[in-house]
Amino acid sequence: MTRHQAPHRAYTASELLAVMASRLLQDGQVVFAGVGIPLLAATLAQRNFAPHLTILFEGGTIGPFIVPGELPPSTNEQRCTRRSNMVLPITDVLLLLQRGYVDVGFMGGAQIDRFGNLNSSFIGEADNPKIRLPGTGGGNDISSLTNMIVAMKHEKRRFVRDVDFITSPGWIKGHRTRDRAGLPQGGMWRVVTDLAIMGFDEETREMKVLAMHEGVTREEVRDNTGFALLFDDHVATADPPHQEELAVLRELDPERLYTA
Amino acid sequence: MKSESLIKPYQQLRSATLARDRGLREKVMSLEEAAKLVRDGDHVGIGGCTMSRTPMAMIWALIRARRKDLTVSRSITSTEGDLLLASGASRHIITSWFSQGIVWGVSKVMRHFTENKLARFEEWSHMSIGLRYRAGAMGIPFMPSRSMIGSDVSKRVGDDFKTMECPFSGDRLVLLPALNPDVALIHVQRCDAYGNAQLDGLQFMDIDMAMAANRVILTTERIVSNDQIRRTPDQTRIPFFTVEAVVEAPIGCAPHECYGVYEPFFTQLDAYAERTAKDALQGCCDYLDEFYYGPKSWADYLAKIGMDEVLDACRRGRSVHND
Repeated sequence: MTRHQAPHRAYTASELLAVMASRLLQDGQVVFAGVGIPLLAATLAQRNFAPHLTILFEGGTIGPFIVPGELPPSTNEQRCTRRSNMVLPITDVLLLLQRGYVDVGFMGGAQIDRFGNLNSSFIGEADNPKIRLPGTGGGNDISSLTNMIVAMKHEKRRFVRDVDFITSPGWIKGHRTRDRAGLPQGGMWRVVTDLAIMGFDEETREMKVLAMHEGVTREEVRDNTGFALLFDDHVATADPPHQEELAVLRELDPERLYTA
Repeated sequence: MKSESLIKPYQQLRSATLARDRGLREKVMSLEEAAKLVRDGDHVGIGGCTMSRTPMAMIWALIRARRKDLTVSRSITSTEGDLLLASGASRHIITSWFSQGIVWGVSKVMRHFTENKLARFEEWSHMSIGLRYRAGAMGIPFMPSRSMIGSDVSKRVGDDFKTMECPFSGDRLVLLPALNPDVALIHVQRCDAYGNAQLDGLQFMDIDMAMAANRVILTTERIVSNDQIRRTPDQTRIPFFTVEAVVEAPIGCAPHECYGVYEPFFTQLDAYAERTAKDALQGCCDYLDEFYYGPKSWADYLAKIGMDEVLDACRRGRSVHND
């Protein structure tokens, strides 16, 4: 496996992901977040520039504010409800996606392909898997019903041409196949990694590099991707994490549970 | 699996409910007595989600009573799923996500049983599981929805996954088959002797599951008077006539959490993860011997976990009530 040589940075890959992902959010949005990097990124956005951003957890929470140092181990513990506006049954909070109240779904991923389909179910053949992974949880519902941001490490074994199993649909086989499959709403919007920020071609829906992090080359991105990536005509260099952003992350996660 | 094995015919569903004594009667009993209400081969719905309000004391009692061939359904399955598989109580788990918790990685026990085809992990999306209970609660055979379509999760479900063209809009919709468990195990903060249950914090899928099931076995942190329930009927979430048994089981979710009473027992959960990481099956069986088959009583089980851990979990749990 090719692994890029990370340049010396004053932050971890996970911190980089959280900072870059947070900047993709907007004030006033309703964001369906998983725990880990998505929650850290959404909380960072709230603190920095988006005080009216609302976090939803699939456990049933509307608008919590996480207590620094008390990050929840899943979206279903009492830590997820701190200072929230409302708690709902799981089914009803997920139905907010179907009804259309959610701007962005935000999660991590085990494996992603060129059309932004995510796999969190099986490595290898589903009937005879090398690894049985934990499964969809709410991932399938979120990716089926709203616009998605995914944050994950950029590795060749994770960025594959075709995922072994589509747990959470992106653009399926590109072009209009998602719509035709019965998913007229939402779709994969941005993929944030420790190397780059990617979107998807408007027409073919193939993954396309929009920006790279400081010091990262196209060759590195290609070497760590298992398929031919498109590059935007104007690939930007992302502004590196600021001290203020990193300080917030370190306050939220002092034990480095999710940012090590 | 064929759909008819999961969907109960309407007539059967109604007559099973009619056959139950639904009068306002006391139904307090022990864990051991309640375990006798579950038969081998039953479909058992488990309340709570991941590490929250897991009816662990009742699961503990079922495993000790050597129940087997249970079909188990739950929103998200954590360590209790490992223990149900390793004890032989279940070989079929219907859920959306199955592992101890994100911070502990993929369950080695789940991997052992599924990869060696010793058990079935039937995966549906989280919302789909919820809508299946809701259809069950509504007394209808299916619920239309808009997720799972186009994914391999739906293909893998096979015959149970159906779609239709909406007769009003022409949209392609998914039809989720109702889930009506034979019995639902639900843990709450308080209920009365009749089974009027009040629960604090996140409800998960418990209310739909209670209404969908043929009968509910309630475990509770404490039993309160019916007068106390009647002072705040707006807080009652599960009505007595769905309930067949009430068991007082303090700290009844340990090592998982119960909102406002205790948080997860992290030291115990770390130790469990460590045991099963080395040798999944042996580690889990050793854990069962030590914590499930060994203790004389639920109190003895808690004593084995240790007073320090119980107090620490309670201190953290009760902190939600602090300003």
